[in-house]
Amino acid sequence: MRTIVRVTERVQETPSTVTLRFPYPPSAAPGQFVMVWIPGDDEIPMSLSYTQGVSKGITVKVMGETSRHVQAIEPGASLGIRGPYGNHFDVRARRVLVVGGGSGAAVLAPAAAEARTFGAELVVALGAIRADELLFRERFRSLGARVRVATDDGSEGHAGYVTAVAEDELARHRFDAVWTCGPEVMMRKVLAAAEAHGVPLFGSMERHMKCALGMCDACAFGSYHVCSDGPVFPADRLKATADFGRFHRDPSGRRVPF
Amino acid sequence: MADLSVRLAGLVLRNPFLLASGIWGESGDSLSGAWSAGAGGVITKSIGTAPRPGYPNPTVETYERWGLLNAMGLPNPGIDEYPREIEVARRAGAPVVGSVFAGDAAEFARLARRIAATGVVAVELNLSCPHAEGFGTEVGSEPEDVERIVRAVVAEVRLPVIAKITPNTSDPAGLAAAAEQGGAAAVSAINTLRALAIDVHLRRPVLSHGLGGLSGPAIKPVGLACVWQIFEAVSIPVVGIGGIRTGRDALEYVMAGARAVEIGTAVAFDGIGVFERLNRELSALLDEIGYARLEEAVGAAHTKL
Repeated sequence: MRTIVRVTERVQETPSTVTLRFPYPPSAAPGQFVMVWIPGDDEIPMSLSYTQGVSKGITVKVMGETSRHVQAIEPGASLGIRGPYGNHFDVRARRVLVVGGGSGAAVLAPAAAEARTFGAELVVALGAIRADELLFRERFRSLGARVRVATDDGSEGHAGYVTAVAEDELARHRFDAVWTCGPEVMMRKVLAAAEAHGVPLFGSMERHMKCALGMCDACAFGSYHVCSDGPVFPADRLKATADFGRFHRDPSGRRVPF
Repeated sequence: MADLSVRLAGLVLRNPFLLASGIWGESGDSLSGAWSAGAGGVITKSIGTAPRPGYPNPTVETYERWGLLNAMGLPNPGIDEYPREIEVARRAGAPVVGSVFAGDAAEFARLARRIAATGVVAVELNLSCPHAEGFGTEVGSEPEDVERIVRAVVAEVRLPVIAKITPNTSDPAGLAAAAEQGGAAAVSAINTLRALAIDVHLRRPVLSHGLGGLSGPAIKPVGLACVWQIFEAVSIPVVGIGGIRTGRDALEYVMAGARAVEIGTAVAFDGIGVFERLNRELSALLDEIGYARLEEAVGAAHTKL
């Protein structure tokens, strides 16, 4: 069953990302996702970007038509929500390197917020195409995290991919865990770096989804289903899955390269 | 420990629990996962001539633990692409039943021939999807259509052909008899019941397609009645489907006349571990009742009327 909620707040986070807040009482853990129904349009899986308390939130990047429609939603509009589904980050880690690319930061920010309540030390490596697309930089800073940024065009921080920043941090400091979300090619590199330094890594995955109940197979990811075995996967499961960073499945179930 | 193996249309299954079509069936890894989890065999997603994305979401609505409504819209990678998935499952040792859907007898025959060539052990014909225009129930509601389609397929393939029958008609047993007449080796019943969900706040159907099909425990008594009537109407084996979540549910179907059963919605509710539990529960129940072999119980309830 879905719960119809009314959007209470719309925040333009960056030129391409928007946060929608809405009251949704079920408790949720950072990393979990909800199915968001835009009545008359589609229903899409969205990781929660705000998990604490009643006021939950999602942060949407313009990708296709549906995300464009989601971004156009104003306060007062109705959404259908079901979930939360899936597993979550283990927020009891002591010293965490958070590596976010693009809108990947949306799922990492609530994990960082929760980890702070357990007293974790956080270093955040944040990447985007341009400085104005760095998502949740101030939110991470206000949590007391040390934030380093990378931009593709060099408009701020390291010019190039955020993986270089992550590799540098891993080489200089000791971490108990790496949490990452972003393009899969990026996550593959971060995984290799974390492994080289013996640090456990957890990555949040995205696949096309339909039922979100572990039944329809739309989000098949090797021998796993992103909706019920994920969306957060430990490094060994990511490494064991040939599709990681290479293939996804389209809505018909066809395995197609990225 | 009772013997759970069953013979079905020339096949020998290690247990009667088949993964139903449409569940964990788009990828070969998932099919083989269901086999390693204890399924007696696995049935593919229904495959068509061309790739098909299916309907937009929402495609499912859940009702606590008693039912699930879906209108996926027959998404599938198409017959050109899908054999590689079957190959993955076969390499893992799983007996794979290939399910196909089509709009007419000639297309069914072409698809059945192609899927038969992939090494599947049987072909199941989807004559019963309740929510796809031009397919499923729309081509499988009249006995003469069912007979013609089955006959066309049987002429093309040497494998056992299983006709999956719709309950959304006044006479499912008549459809099963028509399938037998056309040469089917077995029939499976039931597919989902046509159903609808409405959201009162939004004043609209929940599923993007509007109408969908209901599965899960809510439909078990309906499935049992269909299997009961089909068992009396035909002499070919029956595969029971609809709301099976426990070993006892499965034995009810077997006593109504099923030689095997298919498991679908229970995977959503209980996870893939449901196969191991079903085997355990059924075995214990047969021991308790005093059956040495599951096959002795097929149709057992029919002697009591």
